[in-house]
Amino acid sequence: MSLAGSLFGKSKLYAEHVKVYPQRIWGRFRKLKWTTLAVLLGIYYLVPWIRWDRGPNVPDQAVLIDMGGRRAYFLWIEIWPQEVYYLTGLLILGAFGLFFATSLLGRVWCGFTCPQTVWTDLFMQVERWIEGDRNARMKLDQQGFSLGKASRKMAKHAVWLLIALATGGAWAMYFDDAPTLLRRFFTGDASQLQYIFVALFTATTYVLAGWAREQVCIYMCPWPRFQAAMFDEHSLLVTYETWRGEPRAHLKRETAAIAASGEKAGDCIDCGLCVRVCPTGIDIRNGQQLACIGCGLCIDACNSVMEKIGRPLELITYDALSAQADRAAGRPPKRRLVRPRTIIYAVAILLVGVGMLASLSLRSRLDISLLADRSPLFVRLKDGGIQNAYTLKILNMQQKSGEFSIDVRGIDGLEMKLIGTETGHILVTPDAVGTFRLLLQVPKGAAPAGSTPISVTVKNLATGEESLHDAIFNAPAL
Amino acid sequence: MTDLYRDDVTGKETTGHEWDGIRELNTPLPKWWLMVLYACILWSIGYWVVYPAWPSLTSYTKGVIGYNSRADLSNQIASAAEAQAHWLDAIENTSPEAIANDPELLNFAMAGGRATFNENCAPCHAVGGAGRPGFPVLADDEWIWGGTLADISLTLQHGIRAADNADTRNNLMPRFGADQILDQNQINDVAEFVLSLGNRAEDSAAAERGRQLFADNCAACHGPAGEGVRELGSPNLADEIWLYGADKAGIVAQIYQPRMGVMPAWGERLDSARIKMLAVYVHSLGGGE
Repeated sequence: MSLAGSLFGKSKLYAEHVKVYPQRIWGRFRKLKWTTLAVLLGIYYLVPWIRWDRGPNVPDQAVLIDMGGRRAYFLWIEIWPQEVYYLTGLLILGAFGLFFATSLLGRVWCGFTCPQTVWTDLFMQVERWIEGDRNARMKLDQQGFSLGKASRKMAKHAVWLLIALATGGAWAMYFDDAPTLLRRFFTGDASQLQYIFVALFTATTYVLAGWAREQVCIYMCPWPRFQAAMFDEHSLLVTYETWRGEPRAHLKRETAAIAASGEKAGDCIDCGLCVRVCPTGIDIRNGQQLACIGCGLCIDACNSVMEKIGRPLELITYDALSAQADRAAGRPPKRRLVRPRTIIYAVAILLVGVGMLASLSLRSRLDISLLADRSPLFVRLKDGGIQNAYTLKILNMQQKSGEFSIDVRGIDGLEMKLIGTETGHILVTPDAVGTFRLLLQVPKGAAPAGSTPISVTVKNLATGEESLHDAIFNAPAL
Repeated sequence: MTDLYRDDVTGKETTGHEWDGIRELNTPLPKWWLMVLYACILWSIGYWVVYPAWPSLTSYTKGVIGYNSRADLSNQIASAAEAQAHWLDAIENTSPEAIANDPELLNFAMAGGRATFNENCAPCHAVGGAGRPGFPVLADDEWIWGGTLADISLTLQHGIRAADNADTRNNLMPRFGADQILDQNQINDVAEFVLSLGNRAEDSAAAERGRQLFADNCAACHGPAGEGVRELGSPNLADEIWLYGADKAGIVAQIYQPRMGVMPAWGERLDSARIKMLAVYVHSLGGGE
């Protein structure tokens, strides 16, 4: 065989997919996972149904991203498109929150709150109800075709698809009035885009939670690849206490053999339950690894066994590496929550949070935009004066009508005229943009040649809020 | 001869083709790829049946659903018109003055007016009513035939010197030079007098001589002080706006053999809602009267 053959012929380019059949387990972490699942799914499915009175012409929905109306609503907060930087702030908060939680508690996000974990857990539970636990499922998959197998498989996929449809549907409800959308969805009156998005999120939920599962975490998600950089020896992690568990001995005979060789057998009886309950199919006793999502189900598994055979619990433990080292050396375990990195992340969260709150409470509810006509740049008037025209937009972002006045400065003798309204009382309807044509006139000889900077100030007569916009007045270059 | 040989490196069979010891691996198309190809062929046959596809000598196959891109376009235009119907009806039933006082209708009329203007008026009057030499600026405050909404509507409806329109705006300036009503020197003097109305005379003696000539020949239409007469559509000669050139040469040329612009009667081409939107838009360009 050639050299190339020996290089390529033996190693495989692709890892064979081994199907994972996680076994049912009950314990502290399973309980915690069910609780978070119930809370998170409850929030996801129910939030669009919270009503919030917003007056006429706007859906009375507490949380809504209204693409058509170009507004986003969160309880009493209303966001206009140009304020979308609050989204950036939320993303930064989310990132720092993730770093903070990870440096303190390890992969809690992955193990408990990540949507992939939550929906996979739900889908696995459906699978268990319909096809039975691990052994029953493995047996079923090895069987040939039968009516019973087909009906079970079909029932499972039907329930999965229903959950997926509810998930996709709930997503669309964040973008439209929930009760109206629900009705229209089933009468066929929803928009094509809504059907497309619901179908898309139904498909991704079904595929990711039903089929892809742990492969999303191991191959698709970037988070596992770099979060080890967030850990240190004080982060709480799901780990196997090697010093106590090894050497493993799963039979009395083996224990006797180890004892005969002068060693003491470890606490691990190599029952393999921790591997069988793992949703990503790994062996935690091999140490920290990328595929471990830190859900703690192996802890529940190991504790249940330790309890039965009367050995100390927490052989697999959710603890800091430093505390384990302490225990291994016979010292009392120490855990440090306050560390440079947790302080830095906490301060960053605090700064961004305070900054966002401050900017939110101080943000202006008035904005203007001014666009000068380009054709013609200016016109000469009968008396030799020069006139420039502008499109003025007043953004009245408050929930009531606004009365505004306008003031222009920069050239002596400048006069203004607004088409369709008076310069002293410009009325703009609530939560709307008023568009006006602004004409500025300068008497003959008063306008400097070429471009002159001017400033336009619009003032809310009721609140005194002002918005200033710089502009240019054009005159002939002489 | 064919020598079906299994390749060591890849473990694949070869096709039996060999050139100087180099063998060709047998790498058949993946099954899914072939299936996609066959599906596309089936799809295209379905397409021929459903959509217009094959030409014949005089016609073409129409397809079972009777699709036709031209009909599709008219449907789209019809549905766009239907979507606008609410607004266009409101414009139709409202006077231009009332439109200008209703912020919502005004916004719609400005947008509709701008689109109609850019399609129909901008070739002569330029985008934004900036005007071109010989075509009036619509964004200033000089209106030869009047700048109120009603005046602008009338001008739009019937045009200026429009052929075959009984109500069109019409006037005629005599060809003082070409028809030898005034001689060369007299034209020079009148031109100097016209320049003097804006204090721009180069030869005050000539301007003084032109005063009487202006009173005799021009004042009937342009007014005693050259201020223009709106009803006759005769321009103001005492202001700073000049349609055919502000310099003396331009004025002399206009007296010798006047140019007089023509504007189509748009009432014959556009519906009344569009005329109204145009009037409102044009009125807003420079503020109107």
